[in-house]
Amino acid sequence: MLGYDDVSVGDNLPGLTTRLRRIDLVMYAGASGDYNPIHWNERMAKAVGLPDVIAHGMLTMATACRIVTEWVGDPGAISSYEARFSRPVVVPDDDEGTEVRIEGQVAEKLSGGRVVVDITATSGDEQVLKHVRAVALLRL
Amino acid sequence: MALNPAFVGKEYPSSPPYLVGREHIRDYATAIGDHNPVFHNVDAARELGYPDLVAPPTFAFTLTMKAIAMAMFDPDLGLDYGRVVHGEQHFDYERPICAGDELTVGAVVADIHTAGRNEFVTTRSSVTTVAGELVVTTREVIVSRGTAGTGA
Repeated sequence: MLGYDDVSVGDNLPGLTTRLRRIDLVMYAGASGDYNPIHWNERMAKAVGLPDVIAHGMLTMATACRIVTEWVGDPGAISSYEARFSRPVVVPDDDEGTEVRIEGQVAEKLSGGRVVVDITATSGDEQVLKHVRAVALLRL
Repeated sequence: MALNPAFVGKEYPSSPPYLVGREHIRDYATAIGDHNPVFHNVDAARELGYPDLVAPPTFAFTLTMKAIAMAMFDPDLGLDYGRVVHGEQHFDYERPICAGDELTVGAVVADIHTAGRNEFVTTRSSVTTVAGELVVTTREVIVSRGTAGTGA
């Protein structure tokens, strides 16, 4: 597990790039219990003014958290995590899906071994999450 | 239909206890593409000092969502589920959720406000063990798209 003294403000976390496909949305719906049809039914999505089916915001948020849990080495070390869902990730009915890029940087070191990480999640040119911030408790 | 502002402050009774199972944690971790062994392998979780499999941090929402849904589906609130998107999500963890935890969720409607054509419902929920230990508190903002100022 990562130590508090091993970390400096401005450090970049290893980023990750993933693709969200329709199958990922269906799996997330089943595992999370969120069956809102805008995440799997194109007809329903368009009826409420969306361009197509969109990914669950929580799926993107869960993916973004992974860069922190893998960097820290202990997923139980996350003491807080927050995000705003600023733009929907539109997922077309094809085999390619939509690419999402996650990056993170150490923003602040707090007392008690806590470290603040600011995260960005982008798809194309758009920030799909905003104000994404995790606080992790590192080994002292 | 515009949302009913009288819902601010409304508390929903705690949910029935939910027993967190290993397979649900594994299915959830697989669905978010996370193959970290502490979510899948009991020995790996125990090596880090946990009693059983650890749930990914965002797993808590699968529990709080059910409590929030009681508010969202309350016909007197006036929410059209098809127009609902998730606006914000905040988690504060006392400790991670682990397999074997028996948890209940209490939710309260903290705020309803309008910005532009959208309406925003803020809820707060707390996840506690049946023994009364606080595990996670959350705050979530649900957006009702394009419903502000529409009818009574």
